[in-house]
Amino acid sequence: MSSNAVNTLPTWAGGRSPFRVSYGKFMMWIFLLSDAFTFSSLLVGYGAVRFSFPEPVLEEISFGTNLHEKYHDGFVEMLQAKGVFSESHWPSPDLVFNHFPFLHGLHLPLLFVSLMTFILIFSSVTMVLAVEAGQRMQQKKVALYMFYTILGGLAFLGCQAWEWTQFITEGATLNSNPWGPVPFAALFFIVTGFHGFHVFSGVVLNAVIFTNVLKGTYEKRGHYEMVEKTGLYWHFVDLVWVFVFTFFYLI
Amino acid sequence: MSNDHGHHHKQSFISKYVFSMDHKMISKQFLITGIVMGVIGVAMSILFRLQLAWPDTSFPILNWLFGDKWAPDGRLDSGFYMGLVTIHGTIMVFYVLTAGLSGTFSNLLIPLQVGARDMASPFMNMLSYWFFFLSSVVLMSSMFVETGPASGGWTVYPPLSALAKAMPGSGTGMTLWLIAIILFIVSALLGGINYIATVLNMRTKGMSMNRLPLTIWAFLLTAILGLLSFPVLLGGGLLLMFDRLAGTSFYLSDIYLSGIGALEQSGGSPILYQHLFWFLGHPEVYIIIMPALGITSEVIAVNSRKPIFGYTAMIISLIGISVLSFLVWGHHMFITGMSPLLGTLFLIMTLIIAVPSAVKTFNYLATLWRGSIRFTNGMMFAIGLVSLFITGGLTGIFLGNAALDISLHDTYFVVAHFHLVMGSSAIFGMMAGIYHWYPRMFGRMMNKTLGYVHFWLTFLAAYMVFFPMHFQGLAGVPRRYYTFDILPEFAPWLDVNVFITLAAILGGIAQLVFLYNFFSSIFFGEKSVQNPWGANTLEWTAPVEHIHGNWPGEIPTVYRWPYDYSRPDSDSDFIPQNVPDEGAVEEVHYAPQTPSAPEHEDVPERVMFLGLLKNWFGFKNA
Repeated sequence: MSSNAVNTLPTWAGGRSPFRVSYGKFMMWIFLLSDAFTFSSLLVGYGAVRFSFPEPVLEEISFGTNLHEKYHDGFVEMLQAKGVFSESHWPSPDLVFNHFPFLHGLHLPLLFVSLMTFILIFSSVTMVLAVEAGQRMQQKKVALYMFYTILGGLAFLGCQAWEWTQFITEGATLNSNPWGPVPFAALFFIVTGFHGFHVFSGVVLNAVIFTNVLKGTYEKRGHYEMVEKTGLYWHFVDLVWVFVFTFFYLI
Repeated sequence: MSNDHGHHHKQSFISKYVFSMDHKMISKQFLITGIVMGVIGVAMSILFRLQLAWPDTSFPILNWLFGDKWAPDGRLDSGFYMGLVTIHGTIMVFYVLTAGLSGTFSNLLIPLQVGARDMASPFMNMLSYWFFFLSSVVLMSSMFVETGPASGGWTVYPPLSALAKAMPGSGTGMTLWLIAIILFIVSALLGGINYIATVLNMRTKGMSMNRLPLTIWAFLLTAILGLLSFPVLLGGGLLLMFDRLAGTSFYLSDIYLSGIGALEQSGGSPILYQHLFWFLGHPEVYIIIMPALGITSEVIAVNSRKPIFGYTAMIISLIGISVLSFLVWGHHMFITGMSPLLGTLFLIMTLIIAVPSAVKTFNYLATLWRGSIRFTNGMMFAIGLVSLFITGGLTGIFLGNAALDISLHDTYFVVAHFHLVMGSSAIFGMMAGIYHWYPRMFGRMMNKTLGYVHFWLTFLAAYMVFFPMHFQGLAGVPRRYYTFDILPEFAPWLDVNVFITLAAILGGIAQLVFLYNFFSSIFFGEKSVQNPWGANTLEWTAPVEHIHGNWPGEIPTVYRWPYDYSRPDSDSDFIPQNVPDEGAVEEVHYAPQTPSAPEHEDVPERVMFLGLLKNWFGFKNA
């Protein structure tokens, strides 16, 4: 049957897809919906634990202060002594996420995570460009933008690895936390870890699709739908990061 | 697309019977695995009922089965008793009534009744079964570890589930339980995504949503419930796994345990787990009962030779149940110290569910009313479902009441309630489905006499087992107790326990009749004709042989709804869906030609998304 005829059938009357999508892409949408619920359950769990603690004690420190010079690497201990970091209070994210690679000792709250967020969102932009080039059947452009997307994903994972390393060297593990309540660190590792696992899967998927693009598989197939499907997944991972970012770093 | 099944492959044994991608074979795999798990689950219940009825008696069979460790001198060990209760619950809820029921009938009926060549993704469908199989194996292997299976009840509340040292059953058995459930969730998601995509995307021409058989509506909504609720248990289970294995404390507050001292883990909340669990757990009971209700709608309409009463009302009530099922999980947690305001909200939502449920039962009764009823085996079980659903549903109104629930919580009243309303009635729905679609699965009929014997014994046993439990519960007898020796107040109930156990044994024997009937009829049953029940739905137009793609030629086109029974203007008392409706005004409106066209995705995203929205809100041509 010719596809033109199919699309003139009434939307819901059978014999065609009511959403005018292939079943594969539709399944990706459904999967993302259910995955959204998985992340929701983790974030709801985070919220439940987080809000069972009193609000963080704040401490004004101007942006860019050289903590290394001022406190001789005793910054955390100083805040512990002052009672800003204590078992009974959730720590203020500004005071925890204040490191930046190669700028040791400077107080740069949320600068690094902003960079990570920028990288991930930028990789979503290149993904859109890849999908768009796919619709125009421009193999070389698809390959180029897919490559950028993979690069962005790897860069994000690298940043995450650095951030985790920083955390662990400061003494945070699944059951210890120098900045206050233990669940803070545990939730951080599990939720960002679960997200990072999604990014990693996305990079693997993108790499597979990328090699197929290079081989010309989709050129032969006549359409780049697979690029769109992984694109949907990639945007979803990006969207989830926005929520993770908001809940862990901003609130 | 999987529609293109032009040619036949010569299939090997492995690809035909083991790693099959054919939905008909996968449905049989689900059914057989479900039956095996069901036999294990029912046998466990009889074994632990022996302990309740005759607490001081020695049963050599227990010793023979479980050895000196778990049944010294033929008496169940108390910890192992809890393990049996836990695994019985897990098996019946997840493995029999979720995978065994939904897995079997969604797989068999969705492609056949909507008119598709197979599931949207046959490969994912195969994976779904094998994840389920793996999950069953992991769960059963937990029976063989040194510290015994998980024994904190099928809801595995922390701290018993979170602390590996809390009791023997909290050890390796509990870890295996969690792994099994995570595998199960993967299976359920793979299956659910497939069911939804197939129903929405792959209906044959003319099969509009208001011509779908009610079975399909039920399977669709069940799949949606599973899709949205299982991930939450996945998240909850993940956190529990970390609490167990990595020393986190999501579910552990500051508690002391005797013999362990103060915990190093603290700062979390066991109530958080309960919320996450019941956010799945409540929709889960509808995941169990809705396919059974869908099957019942179909079986009752076919065997009453009448259109189903209130087709649209049935669909709306299914949708109502689905939406409400996400808003009532708190009624399992009334005694956790929930704020009375929240409790009241959950109470109101819970009682509102009675409305769509009642719509469904009244519609069944109205369909039966003045029908030309044929009491086939399937029909008997379908009517049995209606009976059990009403009996069990009524006590739901008691339990949904926060004030009453405080005294009834964790008593045998609860056990009676859910075993009737979702346990027995879902089993009855499943049986109705098996008897009804057996000719469709195997091309043979099951023995009718044995079917009647099976029905009446099961029906009587179900009421004899669960009805007395209401009175036990009202008297305050708590569930999950190994023995009532130390509580003299409960001594009078021992006689009732003996009665219940005898009835349970009767019910177990009745299932042997079924097993014999089921397996012998595969080989020796009477050959079935193409459409033995005179049903309208499309599955009876397809040949029984496992041909790839279901229909040898074109897929039939659908011209009418599935309930044209006993139409006064027709000679035949049924008109299949693929018979053209000559009298009807052709109400197909052809949409004006839109510039975008090919089915493949060379339509820009923007056009697609906006087009979708416009379609939904009716601005297509604006």
